[in-house]
Amino acid sequence: MSSFAKYWKANQVRLAPWVFLTPGIFMFLMYVIFPIFQSASLSLYEWDGLGEKEYVGLRNYVELMDDEAFYTSLKNNVIWLVLYMLAIPGGLFVALFLNQTVRGIRIYKSLFFFPFVISQVVVGLVFTWFYDPSFGLLNVVIQSFGFDPIAVLADERFVTYGIIAAGLWPQTAYCMILYLTGLNAVDPEQIEAARLDNAKGWKMLWYVILPQLKPATFISIVVTVIGALRSFDLVSIMTDGGPWGSSRVLAFYMYEKAFSEYGFRMGYGAAIAVVLLGIMLVYISGVLYKMYRDEKGL
Amino acid sequence: MTNIIQKNLIAVAVSAALGTTAYAGEIVINTDTSDPAPKAAFEAVIAGFEAENPDVSVTWNLFDHEGYKSSIRNFLTADAPDLANWYAGNRMLPFVNAGLFASVDDVWEENGLNDSLASAAGSMTIDGHKWGVPYTYYQWGVYYRKDIFADLGIDVPTNWEEFKAAGATLNENGVTPITIGSKYLWTAGGVFDYLNLRTNGYDFHMALTKGEIAWTDDRVRATMANWLELIEADFFLENHAAYSWQEALPPMVRGEAAMYIMGNFAVAPLREAGLTDDQLGFFQFPEITPGIELAEDAPTDTIHLTANAKNPVDAKRFLAYLARADVQTEINATLGQLPINSGSTVADDVFLQAGFEMLSNTNGIAQFFDRDAPAEMAKAGMEGFQEFMVKPDRLEAILERLEKARQRAY
Repeated sequence: MSSFAKYWKANQVRLAPWVFLTPGIFMFLMYVIFPIFQSASLSLYEWDGLGEKEYVGLRNYVELMDDEAFYTSLKNNVIWLVLYMLAIPGGLFVALFLNQTVRGIRIYKSLFFFPFVISQVVVGLVFTWFYDPSFGLLNVVIQSFGFDPIAVLADERFVTYGIIAAGLWPQTAYCMILYLTGLNAVDPEQIEAARLDNAKGWKMLWYVILPQLKPATFISIVVTVIGALRSFDLVSIMTDGGPWGSSRVLAFYMYEKAFSEYGFRMGYGAAIAVVLLGIMLVYISGVLYKMYRDEKGL
Repeated sequence: MTNIIQKNLIAVAVSAALGTTAYAGEIVINTDTSDPAPKAAFEAVIAGFEAENPDVSVTWNLFDHEGYKSSIRNFLTADAPDLANWYAGNRMLPFVNAGLFASVDDVWEENGLNDSLASAAGSMTIDGHKWGVPYTYYQWGVYYRKDIFADLGIDVPTNWEEFKAAGATLNENGVTPITIGSKYLWTAGGVFDYLNLRTNGYDFHMALTKGEIAWTDDRVRATMANWLELIEADFFLENHAAYSWQEALPPMVRGEAAMYIMGNFAVAPLREAGLTDDQLGFFQFPEITPGIELAEDAPTDTIHLTANAKNPVDAKRFLAYLARADVQTEINATLGQLPINSGSTVADDVFLQAGFEMLSNTNGIAQFFDRDAPAEMAKAGMEGFQEFMVKPDRLEAILERLEKARQRAY
């Protein structure tokens, strides 16, 4: 037996996981970790994607600090993060509502889940028409009450909220499906015990059901925060960042600066991406810390 | 975002696969002419070229119009075709500066293009060299509802006072004077171009878009003051920031709006929507400052020889073919646009004839705001124009922002 075979035999159990992990680790390093460092280094250059790269140090970041559009995007990102959380109670409510045995309930469940299945682009288009100032359903309703029509997507005061509302539609469906599966796992004996103790309504929900739904709530928060931070498609489809850039979010602004028709400032785009990564890191490390604690046994 | 990156990768892969098979006597052309009329026009040109030059075979890669804007950067650097279409003016500057387009002075010399394409020579020249061959352009101006003007007894306005009076009459009768959809910004750039060309003239406009004049200059303010008059007189369609340019067409078709400051490409959809030539008319944007020569926006589309072309000899033959008078006559009849070659004939279409006559009598032809100004300035500018049209009281902040963008961009 060669020495390698001997070594393998002795340490097989210890080595095997690493062998299986190698392809995954390679892909992760290649397509996630390496590009992160690549964009971080690119953010120190001025580059149009064609010519020579020019090293400019922190100039892109200095310019970013003095860029109104950047602060607009940052502010909108915060609004997204906060309001997108409405998807969680919304999803819980719909899930509780649908968690009953009625004839045809599966059809209702599918219909409520439908907005998550269709493409974000379609959701964006549907809501664009819904908000249309001349024939949109929203304004038909508003006008029937005798008010002036509101051009939601052309008004800097409403536009971000309008897009978030569109985003909440599929996101609520997503949270709903997470809670529905969670509700299946709720222990009927505990409910029965609670009933015997005369718990019902809000008390039942708050003290008996919700604690058992904790894993579902955790996952809902994770996917919703991620969804809010990568909000891009809806902004692009519904307003293209407008009117005059007031509905931009960081991901969209980065795309505009780096890849759009009037962009191709790769270094500046990379600097925005680095800031966005920083924000995500704060959140991700929070999540990891919580998961670590949970696994240690609370 | 991954989508776009994927698309680019595919584009590179495709051009790589096609490029490596090139042999002598074959040329590769990449174009973004994916709409029906441009596609048909290019099919005809390539078929005609191959019939006349049996020793050359043409490989034609057709790209989606929007995707082309980013894929051209990839295929020019990675594996270049012999020829690629693009736009004149400042739009081609990045590629010229990066050494990706080759100069074609010899094609211009040998085929007498300096005479036959003289009208576009200026916009094809950078650093004293010609960087491509222009094959088509189209006019901008005011498209209007002839029948509504006639009903209300409005004559075609030729100066600023008449223009404002026409708008006032239209408003009194419940018709929005000008329809516009500024969601994608560039339409507002067209309005600015005309107001500035008419207020300050061609030379000033070109100097401004070249970054030689501050945006806080009093002459820019004069343009914006004229614009403000129109905004305060309710000239523009309400909620225009919510619409694309196509979505701004229906009010005009329904007769709720009477004018549209647009390029000639608006004629086709308006006709398809049912407007006849008795209802739809065209007039030159009226004079504002008396005595200033009337200059026009007329964007030019071009074909370029790439610096990394594998078969530049045959590619230049194609360019010479495309520059010929009879070829430009034919291609533009299909495109519904105007030929550059002075020996070509303009298709028998009332709008093309009107545009041709107007452009033949002008000495100043601007490309368009986002082609004359560099990309970054264009974006900031058009965004500012859109904001100004909705919130005119922010003029000061907008001009200062544009001035900041100017100092960065040039």
